[in-house]
Amino acid sequence: MAQVIVVTSGKGGVGKTTSSAAFATGLAQAGKKTVVIDFDVGLRNLDLIMGVERRVVFDIVNVITGEAKLNQALIRDKRVDTLSILPASQTRDKDALTKEGVANIIEELSKDFDYILCDSPAGIEKGALLALYFADQAIVVTNPEVSSVRDSDRILGVLQSKSKRAEEKRDPVKEHLIVTRYAPNRVEKGEMLKLEDIREILAIPLLGVIPESESVLKASNTGNPVILDDGSTAGQAYKDAVARFLGEDRPHRFIDPEKRGFLSRLFGGRAA
Amino acid sequence: MSWLDVFRGKTKPPPTSAGAAKERLQIVLAHERISRAGDDFLPRLQRELIQVVARYVAIDPKAVNVSLDRGGDMSTLAIEVELPPPSKDDTGTTNPADLKPEARAS
Repeated sequence: MAQVIVVTSGKGGVGKTTSSAAFATGLAQAGKKTVVIDFDVGLRNLDLIMGVERRVVFDIVNVITGEAKLNQALIRDKRVDTLSILPASQTRDKDALTKEGVANIIEELSKDFDYILCDSPAGIEKGALLALYFADQAIVVTNPEVSSVRDSDRILGVLQSKSKRAEEKRDPVKEHLIVTRYAPNRVEKGEMLKLEDIREILAIPLLGVIPESESVLKASNTGNPVILDDGSTAGQAYKDAVARFLGEDRPHRFIDPEKRGFLSRLFGGRAA
Repeated sequence: MSWLDVFRGKTKPPPTSAGAAKERLQIVLAHERISRAGDDFLPRLQRELIQVVARYVAIDPKAVNVSLDRGGDMSTLAIEVELPPPSKDDTGTTNPADLKPEARAS
């Protein structure tokens, strides 16, 4: 039986799709059969971040309406062979998604995959509610910003009241926190919320801290999930997070300001 | 803080914006988590209060102002009811002065 994981945040632009792409790729690299579904119907972007935009023929709405078989809509990743992508529709609106339709897709995928990642749209409307409804686990992506932390708290409330697990009064959805765009130097100056403060406020287990990094933009420019960039701190942080998710005990890195040497301070230059 | 500050007697760092962020978040979330369970009661409270006051005094329902200030330790609920000027043919069941124009509860 596959595990269904929703990647959600409430607020937009905090790194849900980047995290979904990185996490799905990381799980697949670890040998887990993984599929990542874009739930942002009307504003699909996972295909671009994953670099498969030119291979999209059918999408999740085509499968729900019966215009295409699930196998026809799934895109096999060319870099990691245990990874598949189910794109969202770009032309339809969110009403094209139905609970029954999504339930059928998840049930069918459960037969072939170990992990089903649901990349949620922003907000708490239908698309976001359907993305989290079937979840066994949730990855809540948060920026060290008041608006993002507040929205994450709100989405945690939704997970605890509107998910299928909550409705059926089963064990609650297992929650994980990923803090993205963390800048230890700004934290040290008192300009940015501390990791400890975010943890204290949201009070859910921390899965990973992704440092602010130029390589994230570079990765999306080229359509390669940042986790494939071994030289990048963000990629390494996602790798650590995936390993922790799979049960490994790894210390958190990139959470303290880097000690810069005299020459580096003199000549500038920034971390990758 | 520069090392010279030690001699200038400035040892306490100034409050940071991150500290303000934490404090504001803690307060707003404490309230949002409570109200998550129930619906927003303020419109209903305002309606019922108007009904009660209107039973004793002729008031303009639009001249009622309910405001809430949520604080960390204490919240203030202020209800402001504008009373009409006393008219001569008042039957006098209630003395309008008994109704305080502003009632405070926390």
